[in-house]
Amino acid sequence: MSTLTPQPVLLGRSGLVFLGVVLGAAVLVPLLNLATSPDSALHVPTYVVSLLGKYLTYALLALSVDLIWGYVGILSLGHGAFFALGGYAMGMYLMRQIGPRGVYGDPVLPDFMVFLNWKELPWFWHGFDLFPFAALMVLLAPGILALVFGWFAFRSRVTGVYLSIITQAMTFALLLAFFRNDMGFGGNNGLTDFKDILGFNIQADGTRLVLFVLSALALALGYVLCRFLVRSHFGKVLIAIRDAETRVRFTGYRAENYKLVAFVVSAMLAGIAGALYVPQVGIINPGEFSPANSIEIIVWVAVGGRGTLIGAALGAVLVNYAKTYFTSGLLAPYWLFMLGGLFVAVTLFLPKGIVGTFYEWRDRRASATPADGGLPEPKPAE
Amino acid sequence: MSAADTLEPESAPVEAIARKDLTEALLYLDGVTVTFDGFRALNALSFTVDPGEMRAIIGPNGAGKTTMMDCITGKTRPDKGDVFFNGGTTDLTKLDETQIATLGIGRKFQKPTVFESHTVLDNLRLALKGQRGALANIFKRETAAEREKIDAIFETIKLSEHRHRMGGDLSHGQKQWLEIGMLLAQDPKLLLVDEPVAGMTDAETAQTAELLREINANGHSVVVVEHDMTFVRDLGVRVMCLHEGAVLAEGTLDQVSANERVIEVYLGR
Repeated sequence: MSTLTPQPVLLGRSGLVFLGVVLGAAVLVPLLNLATSPDSALHVPTYVVSLLGKYLTYALLALSVDLIWGYVGILSLGHGAFFALGGYAMGMYLMRQIGPRGVYGDPVLPDFMVFLNWKELPWFWHGFDLFPFAALMVLLAPGILALVFGWFAFRSRVTGVYLSIITQAMTFALLLAFFRNDMGFGGNNGLTDFKDILGFNIQADGTRLVLFVLSALALALGYVLCRFLVRSHFGKVLIAIRDAETRVRFTGYRAENYKLVAFVVSAMLAGIAGALYVPQVGIINPGEFSPANSIEIIVWVAVGGRGTLIGAALGAVLVNYAKTYFTSGLLAPYWLFMLGGLFVAVTLFLPKGIVGTFYEWRDRRASATPADGGLPEPKPAE
Repeated sequence: MSAADTLEPESAPVEAIARKDLTEALLYLDGVTVTFDGFRALNALSFTVDPGEMRAIIGPNGAGKTTMMDCITGKTRPDKGDVFFNGGTTDLTKLDETQIATLGIGRKFQKPTVFESHTVLDNLRLALKGQRGALANIFKRETAAEREKIDAIFETIKLSEHRHRMGGDLSHGQKQWLEIGMLLAQDPKLLLVDEPVAGMTDAETAQTAELLREINANGHSVVVVEHDMTFVRDLGVRVMCLHEGAVLAEGTLDQVSANERVIEVYLGR
C-alpha cells in the first residue's frame, strides 16, 4: 500500500483537451482558409487567420506570466518588456531583410537611420541580417534582462508589491529609452514596413498561414514545457516558495535561484511570443513597453484562472476577442471601462478565474460521490 | 593608536583555535546579544547543547526564545557574541538560513508552517535530505531509497493514511506532526522545535512528547521551546529558563521550578 505512489501524469485530461484544441486549430484554420471558397460560411479569411495568430501569441505570453505569477507568486507588471524585446529582435531581422527596397534605397541602413542622417549601422544591429542570430537574440535579449534584473531583485529578497512596482518601473524605463531616436531602434515609430521573412513575402497568404501554425505550435510546446516544469520536483519547490518562502529557505533550498530560473524561462517564452507577434501584425513600436500593456496581461491571466496554465491561455484569447469585438463598434470608447470592470468582477465573483472555478466544481463533484476506498487521485498542482 | 588596537588582530586567531579545542558541544552560544530598536532581546546569552542531548527551554513571553532560534538559524545576526556549531568548527553568524539548514540544523516554527497546497507526501518529499539545486531538480526522479525513508517517517509521525491529503487540509495537531516529520526528513543533527504542542489536546501533547523522545533516541539533538509544563515534564530532560534574554536557571525541571527567581518571573506563586 505504502509503495503505491500514483504516477504523476504529465498532461492530465484537461491538458490533452487543451493540446487537442490548439493543434486542431493549427490544422483546421488553415484548411478552412484554403479549401473553402470565399463565399462559403465556413471560410476563414486570411485577416482572421492573422488575428487568431495574434491571439495565440498573446496566449503564450499569458502562459509565461502564469508560470511565475500562478506558481511562484511573482506578480510581474513588466512582462510586456520581455515580449517587446523578443519582438524587437525579430523586427530588426525583418528590417535587415528589406535591403535596398526601402524608401531611401540604402542597401544596408533601414529607412529611419537614413532619415536620421546616420552613416553606418550601429554595432548592435550587426548580425541581425542572419535569421539564426536573430532567433538567438529573441531568446537572449529577454533572457539576459530577466537574469540581471532577477538576480538583483531576488537576492535582495524584494517580494510582493515592491517587486511588482520595480518590474513596472523596468518596462517604463525601457519605454522611455526606446522612444528616443538615438537609441537606434526607430524611436517613436518603431520598426515597420517589413517585406519578407526567410525569403517569403510577409504579406502573402501562405506566409500568414505558416505564421499562424507556428504560433499554435509554440503555444502547444510552451504549454508542455510549463506543465513539465511545474509538475517536476523543481516546480513543487516553486509552489512551496509561493506559499511559504521562509520555510523553503529553512528547508535548505536557495529560493532565489529557483525564482531566477523560472523568471528567465518565463521571459524567454514571452520573447518567443513577441517574435511571433511582430511578423503577424507588421509593426513593433515602443508602445509595447507601456505599463498598461503589462497590466492587461495580468487581467487575461486572472480572468482565465491563475495557476492553471490553460486558464491563462484561454483568458488571453477571450479577453482579446472581446477587445477586438468591442473596440470596433459603438462601444469602442468604453472598452477600457469594460476591461477594468471585468477585472473587478473577476476578482470579486470569480477569484479563481474561469478554469480555476471549473476545476473547483469538478473536484467538489468528484469528492461528493462516495469514495470507493481506492487512492484519491492526487490533485494536480493547479 | 593604542597598544590594545595593535594587539587585537594577533590575539583573535589564538582565541578561535582555543575555542575550537575547548568545546565539544554541538551548539555553542557565548555572550550573544541582540538589540531591536533599543530593546535587548538577547542579553549576553550563553549556553551549549551536547551531541545527542535534548534540552527544553521555558520562559515568559519576550524572554528571547524565538530570537535565540533566529540567531542559530541565521534569520537574525547577533550584534555581539559567538554562535558555533559542530564542536566549534562552524561559525553560524557568517552563514545564511539555507547554508545553516544544509549544515544540519532544522527548525520548526511556532506557527505550524507546512506547504499547504502540496500533499502531505509532497511535503515530505520536498523536505527530504538530498539535491537542492534548482536546475538538477527539474529532472529529479524519486529513488526507491527515498521512498523507503519517507515511509519510515510516515511510520514515525503516524500520518500514513493522510499522505494524499493537502497539507492545508490537516488539523492543527497533524500539521505540527507533519512539520516535525519534515524536520526528520531533512535528517538534521540538531532540531529546534518552537512550541510544538501549542493548541494540541492532552492526548496529542503526550504523543508529541513521545515522538520527540523517539527522535532524540535516534541520535538527533533537540532543543524544544515550550510553555506547557506537563509536556516538559513528559520529556524528562534538562530544562533551562530564559528571562530578559539570558539564562535565569538551568537543571532538572524540579530544580528549575523550585528556583525563587523562576517562580517570581515565570511560574507565579
